[in-house]
Amino acid sequence: MEDNKVVLLDWWASAFAMRVKIALAEKGIKYESKEQNLFNKSQELLEANPIHKKIPVLIHDGKSICESLVILQYIDEVWHDKSPLLPSDPYRRSQARFWADYIDKKLYSTGRRVWTGKGEDQEVAKKELIELLKTMEGELGDKHFFGGDTIGFLDVTLVPFTSWFYTYETWGNFSIEAECPKLIEWAKRCLEKESVANSLPHPHKIYEYSFELKKKLGIE
Amino acid sequence: MSNLGEVVLLECWASPFCMRVKIALAEKGVEYEARTEDLYGGKSDLLLTSNPIYKKVPVLLHNGKPLCESTVIVAYIDETWSSPPLLPASAYGRAQAKFWADFIDKKVFDAGYKIWICKGEVPETAKKDFIEILKQLEGALGEKDFFGGDSFGFLDIILIPLTSWFYSIEKFGGFEVKEECPKFSAWMNRCMQRENVVNALPDPKKVYEFVVRFRKMQGIE
Repeated sequence: MEDNKVVLLDWWASAFAMRVKIALAEKGIKYESKEQNLFNKSQELLEANPIHKKIPVLIHDGKSICESLVILQYIDEVWHDKSPLLPSDPYRRSQARFWADYIDKKLYSTGRRVWTGKGEDQEVAKKELIELLKTMEGELGDKHFFGGDTIGFLDVTLVPFTSWFYTYETWGNFSIEAECPKLIEWAKRCLEKESVANSLPHPHKIYEYSFELKKKLGIE
Repeated sequence: MSNLGEVVLLECWASPFCMRVKIALAEKGVEYEARTEDLYGGKSDLLLTSNPIYKKVPVLLHNGKPLCESTVIVAYIDETWSSPPLLPASAYGRAQAKFWADFIDKKVFDAGYKIWICKGEVPETAKKDFIEILKQLEGALGEKDFFGGDSFGFLDIILIPLTSWFYSIEKFGGFEVKEECPKFSAWMNRCMQRENVVNALPDPKKVYEFVVRFRKMQGIE
């Protein structure tokens, strides 16, 4: 197996970085995590991701891979003998990629509008967030995990955002569990896995940090 | 290569995203039925039931099973019909191709749109942003003939259809890609030597007429 040096340019509260941590843990890959300061970006980060200047970045054998979903697929291909994330059937793979893309198009930006928004904007964002989480509930159906009996690509893509749910709910004054109970049950099942539990910070920690984050982002 | 069943593509002629799928299917020698959606009429029932989330083309139906989102579709085509391979062989090469496909999807069409949708004078920032994106792609191309290396591949397929809209962007933006980004322009010309690309892309002047009509319909004239 490719046991050469693996480095992750990381930030503790990033759902995108959590995805990579779960995948690395699932595969039993040893790596060095380098916590980044997103408000004073390191030379290493700027060189590793000159196009977007964002985390996560996986550096394997000196080569950098950027964009969390690209990183997940890379990890899945290189360390292919343990805990496969994507199914082997091309149609099922395409479905997993479609829904991961849907999450990436919508969830981060909508969630952000919920916890930073006010008044009518916030109400609209809350409705959109619930709608999109309900859509994911529909896709989950009666399955234990999106991947079936075990966690897969889509579970790893979505579950990190659940660490932000308490922040969305508290700022938005609503309950995600009330609207999407099945999704919350799914999240709890995921958290029973060590790889997930060790990769997600406690939701209250994120909420506490959100006050400081608002200040740093210049939001009242 | 066997067709592996029935393949239907819901498409419309002006969509660069549909062109991607057409090129990929042609490269693999897959026979398919193209069903054209009416751009100005209502969307077909088949489109609405096959793509309930976005209600957009392209949709590929393989033995009745729908696939949506052009980049997902092209990856599916590559995995289902294995020859010739579109993605690079190495995991790192594939990661690079997917990274740049994501960059193209996030940036190129929108940057062009900001130019050709302008009422009145196009801001300099819009032109600069568009050209900067092409320059970043030139960086990714480097000295290679194609983004895939020696052979035309996944990333070339993802990008070349968007260039059918460049004539419109250039006309409204008042610049020329071949002057601002000659390496990019040279890559475009290499792609346009390929029959599968030429067959899938519309005449850029036809796209321009469509854009002019679209602008009138939106009240921007």
